[in-house]
Amino acid sequence: MSSGTLYDKVWNFHQVKELPGGSTQLFIGLHLIHEVTSPQAFSALNEKNLGVKFPNLTVATVDHIVPTSNQQRPFSDPLAEEMLATLENNCKTHGIKFHGIGSDSQGVVHVMAPELGLTQPGMTVACGDSHTSTHGAFGAIAFGIGTSQVRDVLASQSLAMNKLKVRRIWVAGELQKGVYAKDLILHIIRHLGVKGGVGFAYEFAGPAIEKLSMEGRMTICNMAIEGGARCGYINPDETTFRYIKGKAHAPKGPEWDKAVSWWKSLASDSKATFDDEIQLDGSSIEPTVTWGITPGQGISIKETIPNPELLPKNEQQIAKDACKYMNLKPDEPIEGKSIDVCFIGSCTNGRLSDLQEASKIVKGHSVATGIRAFVVPGSQKVAKEAKEKGIDKIFLKAGFEWREPGCSMCLAMNPDKLEGRQISASSSNRNFKGRQGSANGRTLLMSPAMVAAAAINGKVTDVRNFLQE
Amino acid sequence: MKQEFPKGEIKSIQGRSFTIRGDDIDTDRIIPARFLKCVSFAALGEQVFADDRKELKGNHPFDLDHNKGANILIVNDNFGCGSSREHAPQALMRWGIRLIIGESFAEIFFGNCLALGIPCLTATKKEITKLQNLVEEDHTQKWYFKLKELSITNQIETVKLDLEEGAYNMLSTGKWDATSQLLDEEEKIKYTISKLPYLNNFR
Ligand code: SF4
Repeated sequence: MSSGTLYDKVWNFHQVKELPGGSTQLFIGLHLIHEVTSPQAFSALNEKNLGVKFPNLTVATVDHIVPTSNQQRPFSDPLAEEMLATLENNCKTHGIKFHGIGSDSQGVVHVMAPELGLTQPGMTVACGDSHTSTHGAFGAIAFGIGTSQVRDVLASQSLAMNKLKVRRIWVAGELQKGVYAKDLILHIIRHLGVKGGVGFAYEFAGPAIEKLSMEGRMTICNMAIEGGARCGYINPDETTFRYIKGKAHAPKGPEWDKAVSWWKSLASDSKATFDDEIQLDGSSIEPTVTWGITPGQGISIKETIPNPELLPKNEQQIAKDACKYMNLKPDEPIEGKSIDVCFIGSCTNGRLSDLQEASKIVKGHSVATGIRAFVVPGSQKVAKEAKEKGIDKIFLKAGFEWREPGCSMCLAMNPDKLEGRQISASSSNRNFKGRQGSANGRTLLMSPAMVAAAAINGKVTDVRNFLQE
Repeated sequence: MKQEFPKGEIKSIQGRSFTIRGDDIDTDRIIPARFLKCVSFAALGEQVFADDRKELKGNHPFDLDHNKGANILIVNDNFGCGSSREHAPQALMRWGIRLIIGESFAEIFFGNCLALGIPCLTATKKEITKLQNLVEEDHTQKWYFKLKELSITNQIETVKLDLEEGAYNMLSTGKWDATSQLLDEEEKIKYTISKLPYLNNFR
């Protein structure tokens, strides 16, 4: 059993009591809601005649269903409009702060909450969305919950939870030029498997992790869930504090120093015990791309599609399915594979530094003929800052579309969808069959810089070719 | 008449029964993914098994007249596998299902049903086949389930059932309802809050 880890410390602070079934009642410090998983929770609350216990600890935004080309109300999709209107009403009725359409703080929930300084070290963060693990980048325990748990948090600000085991993933060395946080997490999931983290919280640590910016750290923790770990976290340090300082909800004045010293005390002790430890060398990681239908099916840009027969037994079937679905042949290189659509955005890679890195690749080039490429900033704030830096212009000039913030083609619940057998180069986090809106559409996951390179060449490209120029 | 949703201790369930045959029936079949985009679970009852029903044009067990008002479902192996979405048990509950008996259930589906007060009990393949045949012989017969005896009977034939102890205790004491448990001791929540630096100006 783990002890002395950040996970243990934060868990202990939030423990309310042991429940009869053997699980723990855990207090939730920050509850984030959006239009897709909250409406049923509110109606369940009404059915039970319950109210929202601590409305000031729940914060709402709208992201999944928003159109990214025209955000005029009412939305053209009546169902999307209904979902948004329902959330607006629920927030008004229960006194919950809503960062809606038209607000300059609206955005993908896992992008906007950190921007507002809502996410802080030592909190428990819950949201009806599996990528809530993102907030662990700040040294919080953050995890996705189902609809009935959203109801429970609204009703009681707490949840019935079982404590997870803790696995430390130590990444030594330094990421090479052209290798980003996204490559690192795809590499980790490839090696530990999509179910490898089930029952675990992942602590990401080591020199390669410490050198990452907060945005890079969010990319890592965001995809912990794709490796099966319901939450992933990074110990808070000066990088964390610098990011939070001055944000709207950050502690101010004399509180700031006290906050920092509490935050520091939460980091895993040097003598902490972990249930499991794994070491990786960050310097040897190359730009990584998924070729299949799970985020674990990644290879480096220089590798070829694996031969299913040569894989471990338990991976063979899914690899065969993937080859068939993706229409890829074993031993064929991934580099040079033609693509149709390029998507830069999502809560994994829709932040300012993501757009900035991608724009460096794009600058002075144009999107290859026949390729549809678009950028969807993760939030209004990202969009605004990118415009101030002229990043939107670089993309527009190259032939990209520049859209309004939202989840967009990460899951295609809005009008942005793949069509037919189209194949996308995407900076998002899931490459499941049909994920991007077409039942037989295909997705290659990669870093935003790699997506940019793919857009220019019209095929999967080693981004490092662009960095040598 | 619509039945009430499960409430409190669940010690016995009685009613008519029908079968859904087949192994590995996943949550996507129970409620197709497109119904995820909804603001309330209320309408889900009508959509249960929507695609299967469409295909069978009125001959699906959930459409047959003689199954209207039945509340006990007999299934086969690994029922409710696939995604963890709660829409599936919600859809079954809102259609009127109050008890499911099968060879085995997917773990998350089992948990989601329990959290709604719908017991999922198991029996061996042989016993399930026997039960399914009995049920299908006469749609009008009434079945009686008693938690304490872990059995279901039509008062002629009886089938023994299985249920893990944790779930048994939660149903028999009415503690399956997570929300009410969490609301039990407000003082303890207040105490937890008072100890959290970030909710107390980092004092
Ligand atoms: S961007 Fe994608 S993964 Fe992130 S919250 Fe939106 S839909 Fe979910």
